[in-house]
Amino acid sequence: MKHRILGAALLCLPVFASHAQLQVAERVLGNGLKVLVKEDHRSPVVVSQVWYKVGSSYEPGGITGISHMLEHMMFKGTDKHPASEFSRIIAENGGDENAFTGHDYTAYFQTMAASKLAVSFELEADRMRHLHLLADELKKELEVVTEERRMRTEDNPQAKMSEQFMAMAFTSSPYKNPIIGWPVDIANYQVEDLQAWYEHWYAPNNATLVVVGDVQTAAVFALAEQYFGGLKPSEFKPLKPQTESPQLGVRKMVVKVPAKLPSVALAYKVPSLKTAGQEWEAYALEVLAGVLDGGNSARLSKELIRGKQLAVSAGASYNFSSRLSDLFELEATPTEGKTVWELELALKDQVSRLQQELIKKDELQRIKAQVLASAVYERDSNFYQAMQLGMLETIGLGWQKADEYVSKVNQVTAEQVREVARKYLLEDHLNIAYLEPQPINATTAHKKAVK
Amino acid sequence: MRVYLLSFIVLMVSQAAGAAAKIEHWQTPQGSRVYYVHTEGLPMVDIQVLFDAGSARDGAQFGLAALTAGLLDTGAGDWDADTVADRFESVGANFGAGSTIDNVVVSLRSLTDKPLLDKALETLQVILSKPRFSAADFEREKSRTLAGLKQEEESPGDLAKIAFYQALYGKHPYAHPDSGTLSTVAALSREDVQRFYQTYYVAANAIIVIVGDLSAEQAQRTAEQLVQHLPVGKKPEALPDVAMPVKGSEQHIEFPSTQTHVLVGLLGTYRKDADYFSLYVGNHILGGGGLVSKLFDEVREKRGLAYSASSAFVPLLRPGPFLISLQTRNDQTPEALKVLHKTLADFIAQGPSEAELKAAKQNITGGFAMRFDTNKKLASYVGMIGFYEMPLDYLDTFQQNIDNVTLASITDALKRHVPLALLQTVTVGKRAK
Repeated sequence: MKHRILGAALLCLPVFASHAQLQVAERVLGNGLKVLVKEDHRSPVVVSQVWYKVGSSYEPGGITGISHMLEHMMFKGTDKHPASEFSRIIAENGGDENAFTGHDYTAYFQTMAASKLAVSFELEADRMRHLHLLADELKKELEVVTEERRMRTEDNPQAKMSEQFMAMAFTSSPYKNPIIGWPVDIANYQVEDLQAWYEHWYAPNNATLVVVGDVQTAAVFALAEQYFGGLKPSEFKPLKPQTESPQLGVRKMVVKVPAKLPSVALAYKVPSLKTAGQEWEAYALEVLAGVLDGGNSARLSKELIRGKQLAVSAGASYNFSSRLSDLFELEATPTEGKTVWELELALKDQVSRLQQELIKKDELQRIKAQVLASAVYERDSNFYQAMQLGMLETIGLGWQKADEYVSKVNQVTAEQVREVARKYLLEDHLNIAYLEPQPINATTAHKKAVK
Repeated sequence: MRVYLLSFIVLMVSQAAGAAAKIEHWQTPQGSRVYYVHTEGLPMVDIQVLFDAGSARDGAQFGLAALTAGLLDTGAGDWDADTVADRFESVGANFGAGSTIDNVVVSLRSLTDKPLLDKALETLQVILSKPRFSAADFEREKSRTLAGLKQEEESPGDLAKIAFYQALYGKHPYAHPDSGTLSTVAALSREDVQRFYQTYYVAANAIIVIVGDLSAEQAQRTAEQLVQHLPVGKKPEALPDVAMPVKGSEQHIEFPSTQTHVLVGLLGTYRKDADYFSLYVGNHILGGGGLVSKLFDEVREKRGLAYSASSAFVPLLRPGPFLISLQTRNDQTPEALKVLHKTLADFIAQGPSEAELKAAKQNITGGFAMRFDTNKKLASYVGMIGFYEMPLDYLDTFQQNIDNVTLASITDALKRHVPLALLQTVTVGKRAK
């Protein structure tokens, strides 16, 4: 019974896949700007995103986090528009906007009524080449970024542990540095540093413009040409590889932070889709992550949270779309009365079972059904669709990988899952961190009525 | 300049295009209210079943509503938790159940391919009408809730929010945290959950939202199927009125963090308040407009005091909070509070300028379509309209209601709703020595 229903799900697959393939149009302008357009006419709106190939993994020591700092400064005025005007104009045109920075990218977006696309293009084109960096604005914004770091990292035990963990796990890979940067580096940015970073990386031939929504492809290409076409390209030298040096044995650390609950994290060094020798390996690792943590019916929930009740929470994640080789992570918080060491053993046991036994047919089918359904659900959101295209393009894989995803996952076999578990989830390439809670003792020191 | 001209033309067109979403509404034979919107283009459907069974119905057993909702999918009918999860996930369906102050929302997202949808719907129906609440599942989920509550104590932001609601609502059912407290959750029994479920998860207290690629006839059958085995029951009594705190207060919680979390506010507004749109637009200018607002400008853009600084009215069945929040380096707290108070006081006293009002209206009405441009967002709007019994043309009249707001209506509404002397202030962080 179960199998018949799944069969029906898989039958739909070619329809969805080919439907998706028809939709993205690509044009590269004379100055090298790549423009991707995906029409979606369900609602009279559009999302426009500009993705730059630069992020924390591009940064040398001493200025870690500068890509993120520059992201903030991109709202601080150009030769033509003074500080804050960008946001004001977008707002007055009914738009929503923001930006985000990752290891491998810096991206800016506006969502607007579809008829307002030109407003977004005009402003993004302007700040692609004509940012006006001012020392006074930097001084204030540096404080903002420092507050952001306090909020996201300093006062968050899990984030703090994760930052320390990355710094231990990686040796020569730039993924060892936090995206927001180390505090000492943030405190010492000079306006010249930002100017140099901007001039080096912000150019049309280092960017991808992604537009998804209620638009006509030809009109978007024309509009892109009109606003971005005149921008000068830069010359780029090939990036240094900065590959991670081989790890020569398990690494362990204890992180002591004010917290209430202990936890444990395990991370293996694995290739991403970009760096996998054979790309099926990355899809097999994706499926492997789904076997462990693809919902409530996956193994970590079923066996560690419910079955043995060792964990109050447990998860697994694989960084499939990273530019460089990355981590396969497992993390869990023990049930009261259980220890992080018991959990560590249980997680390792999960890994060794994946190395010894083939995953069950219905597990594999479940993951494929979920991936298929997600591919439909994702199309409910223009923003998500644009994210996928922009990210794949920016890490150097090409947006076409988005269309291949469902069929590539569908081709993964149980044998391949076992093979990647055997090849990559190796004890010598393992990193372990234990979060050891330190007392907090919050006290209400002061309570008074006023007036 | 060109930008301004463009925006006028387009505003007129988008308003003429008007009609937002066609909401169809009926009742099932058992008295559940159904709200349905047909959308095309994607073979999927979003279903929500809402009950007036949120934390405001906890009584003295704080956390009971949340635990009940969390237990729904841990076993139902002949199925244990593994089987329930497997039944949803093997067809790619997403199930969720969560409680807020006013309600619990049980949600399902599924493909509409018949065998897949049928299996997901059958599972949802059994979850709603025959949850097991077995002793083992109850104990496990309770201990996971307790762990979650301990984890909240790691977060100065969470602690501030809990203290703020307590200061604002005193003994009202809105005062306690949705997930309860360590002592109240520890005292809950399986029988409490069963009784809560039997009282509130009844057809007369259910609202069904269906948004997606189902025909009206399919939607009707689906709605009836989902509640057919629920007893009719009755709607719970109206929640008690909320009284405005009689005095302002300041409270500090000492906490070993690098930032101090600041919450300032008081009782705000409720869904059906005639002042709602004036307050909404007024707040948009003060601190609700994302990267463009007075608070954002004064606190962040001009002084670099915080990463986020914002304000919001949270409209509920009864008046929800109006709250301003920011986080700043511990030793800057007095300065940040000063800027916050001055920005608020000036705004209450003077109201917005003509230009600010115009810009806010342009932002809100110009971005109108983005409020429901996905099935997911549309479903949550329709759920709000259904649960709070707002007019079915709420979305169609939204832009007009925004347009009707004037400088005078904002100033007047804010003066009446935000008496500065009654502000409740909570700070959590390390006091500068």
